Amino acid sequence: MQIAELNKTATQVRRDIVRMVHQCKSGHPGGSLGCADFLTALYFEIMHVNTDFKMDGIGEDLFFLSNGHISPLFYSVLARRGFFEVKELGTFRHINSRLQGHPTTHEGLPGIRIASGSLGQGISVAIGAALAKKLNGDDKLVYALTGDGELQEGQIWEAAIFAAAKKVDNLIVTVDWNNAQIDGSTQQVCDLGDLHAKFKAFGWEVLEMKGNVMEDVVFTLTQAQLKAKQGKPIVILMHTEMGFGVDFMMGTHKWHGSAPNDAQLESALSQLEETLGDY
Amino acid sequence: MSLQDITFTDKKDTRSGFGVGIHEAGKANPNVVAMCADLVGSLKLEKFIEDFPERFVQTGIAEANMIGIAAGLTIGGKIPVATTFANFGTGRVYDQIRQSVAYSDKNVKICCSHAGLTLGEDGATHQILEDIGLMKMLPHMTVVVPCDYNQTRLATKAIIERVGPTYLRFGRPVWPIFTAAEDSGFEIGKAQFLSEGTDITIIACGHLVWHAVMAGQELEKRGISVEVINMHTIKPLDVDAILKSVGKTKCVVTAEEHQRNGGLGDAVAQVLIQNTPYPQEYVAVNDSFGESGTPDQLLEKYGLMPKDIIAAVEKVMARK
Repeated sequence: MQIAELNKTATQVRRDIVRMVHQCKSGHPGGSLGCADFLTALYFEIMHVNTDFKMDGIGEDLFFLSNGHISPLFYSVLARRGFFEVKELGTFRHINSRLQGHPTTHEGLPGIRIASGSLGQGISVAIGAALAKKLNGDDKLVYALTGDGELQEGQIWEAAIFAAAKKVDNLIVTVDWNNAQIDGSTQQVCDLGDLHAKFKAFGWEVLEMKGNVMEDVVFTLTQAQLKAKQGKPIVILMHTEMGFGVDFMMGTHKWHGSAPNDAQLESALSQLEETLGDY
Repeated sequence: MSLQDITFTDKKDTRSGFGVGIHEAGKANPNVVAMCADLVGSLKLEKFIEDFPERFVQTGIAEANMIGIAAGLTIGGKIPVATTFANFGTGRVYDQIRQSVAYSDKNVKICCSHAGLTLGEDGATHQILEDIGLMKMLPHMTVVVPCDYNQTRLATKAIIERVGPTYLRFGRPVWPIFTAAEDSGFEIGKAQFLSEGTDITIIACGHLVWHAVMAGQELEKRGISVEVINMHTIKPLDVDAILKSVGKTKCVVTAEEHQRNGGLGDAVAQVLIQNTPYPQEYVAVNDSFGESGTPDQLLEKYGLMPKDIIAAVEKVMARK
């Protein structure tokens, strides 16, 4: 897909996100908006996926969302990619919906392979899936996304040690490095320090990218693919802005987990062109 | 079927039964992947690793990561068997099991040794007495607690063949072997009747099944008709077996190497209270941590010996 087409898709995904959290008056728009370019590129350009969903994903690239609270983004991208009908996005967080507040396999929603929400677990799961691919002689790759605040969880670093020690080199992890979490900036809450140096010291191949510039996202993900299967796990430190695409949601951590009111929704949608038709 | 006929010819640790069982399962099914968090010798995994090195995942001392990796392995069709001590494989990683395994309904087998007081001298930090409760509370989870070496071997193979998240609990000490090596009638979810009786039902799991047998033998000598049930599967619980037995005996003693709160006894009590509230007494650890000591010293001090089962039987029969 051309960059312009990817941008159009990402813009529609952003409209979906703000509409979804508005209609249920809850959810996490900030990180969802910030990662919209990345996940759009991944599903529409980078990964080989089969929308006729099969849990084992044999012969496909796999994606695991560790920071499950950005579920509005995940659901929108899956629906727009064809895993289920876009009209189902309107059921987000409603009773009896397959689109739970945090992603789950429990309701049988196509495209979801693990529950996430309690943070820090997704990289481990992705490692397991990557090891299964190696055992199965499956040459496709495994991708995972984590938040930056999530890196405060200890399990992340258990996984980081393991993936390097065991040369899990069919794994590409992206960190949404937006410097923001619920209680404030990551620096204020519990400073992560030099993430580049940390992952490098843990034995990972480290890339950085501008997560809200589509050209750079596609370029860097392609670079990461080329660096796969060379003995090291790969991490992409993705610089994003929480709330990207909606002016009043940017430059603050306050939209991590709150929904816009009617007037705010109108203002947000006026900044996001309806490119593919609303659900 | 009389309890007097039950004897043992040999003693072995239940964890060795696991070691043989996982090796046999690994030989039969190429999707079986063994995992361990730096306790290979304690879990008796040496033969599996020797014969199937490519299907062994050593995570180091990182149990949370091990559970997550196990969940991921299932996605590619593997059957991961995650092993460590019971304390580290359940309580330490409860949230990982809850979200990535149980809620996600992944075919992960969590197989843990050194459960309960009988791990002995290491003391209370390692003697988990809450794991049955923790695991049986989780939706989707099957919980199996075999009673001896032979049954642990059979249970290991059975849980691997059956699809679904499962916790298998076993232990460290050498213990009498009194069930058959093959064709013992072991079936997940189906209680094993070791004797038929009409005066008292004793329901036990794990190491305490042998103590229930010894207690029953003594009670029989006193003219009491004892029905001993080996409830090796705590979840799904064989409700029909319980109701069938108490329908005759009208009273129950439960015996387990676990906290009274949340264990086998509570599971049985729930069945009685909803169906036919006959009196029940517990033989279990009563809201206490363990401590260092030999297994026998600890079982004595914490009231889990055959004489404690006999005392509980006398008490509950007086309440009929």
